[in-house]
Amino acid sequence: MREIALHLLDIAENSVAAQGENIRIEVYEDLLNDQLTARVIDDGRGMDAETAEQVQDPFYTTRSTRNVGLGIPLLKLAAEMAQGSFSLQSALGKGTRVEAIFRHSHIDRMPLGDLSSTFLTLLISHPQIDWTFLYRVSDKDKQSRDFIFESAELKCELGDISLTEPEVLTFVRSRFEEGIEAVALQAVTE
Amino acid sequence: MPAIKSLEELKRIREEALQKKQMKATPGNVQVIIAIGTCGIAAGARDTMKSVLNYIETEKVSGVTVTQTGCIGLCEQEPIVQVVLGDQPKVVYGKVNTQVAEKIMKQHVQNGQPVKENIIQI
Repeated sequence: MREIALHLLDIAENSVAAQGENIRIEVYEDLLNDQLTARVIDDGRGMDAETAEQVQDPFYTTRSTRNVGLGIPLLKLAAEMAQGSFSLQSALGKGTRVEAIFRHSHIDRMPLGDLSSTFLTLLISHPQIDWTFLYRVSDKDKQSRDFIFESAELKCELGDISLTEPEVLTFVRSRFEEGIEAVALQAVTE
Repeated sequence: MPAIKSLEELKRIREEALQKKQMKATPGNVQVIIAIGTCGIAAGARDTMKSVLNYIETEKVSGVTVTQTGCIGLCEQEPIVQVVLGDQPKVVYGKVNTQVAEKIMKQHVQNGQPVKENIIQI
């Protein structure tokens, strides 16, 4: 995987599989502290301490089609390669919080990538979930800009109209693209 | 089409979509299912999804449900897309890049003709 945004899509799918009803994705680019933090927080079924340890091993998986599970180990590796860290906190019945921190300026830090496509894919694929997407950028002058999206509000307005109706798609897609672009760092720093 | 900015506009769109829905009740449900497991994502499933959504937007295709599934154990065939038209049997496609996705939308979803060269037999 070549983008942090693709990892987020992958990790968020775990939260969906864990029957999370409220799933929150946070991306925080903090130039002052030279960090890029990516988090996925869910209120799904969670894991006991032993399982939470095991999922970080590529040769552990809960699925039956194959004996490897690479999602979490790949993200962990990506963070560690960029002088960062990885943490996974989970409690049975309460939920799971996955956090990957990268050194922002590290040469091996993969690009953030197409965050709006990741958000759109998750929202469309799982309309029943209450999503919160937060993207925050803080520059060196401690100025910070936020993009925040909460799907509950949208769902309430749409009622029984599908998100995949063309006009609705245009609305949601442009809201993501424009909102994220307004917050994002200029291409120079990325 | 100008981008919609406010919730009021969204409400209007909703009304319009509701009316359209009543006018042309599509015969049966159309489902496009994209595999988004780790393997699918690594092979480009998000771009495939984007291509499907882009087609719906630009061609104004109403009444298609786009959803996802996890890894179905055919990682080497990813990105995998499944199409279900009404009560017809499910058609499974392999190696669906953005161009193939567009072709499936046009030929199969809109005109009922499966894209034979990309079908995988399971």
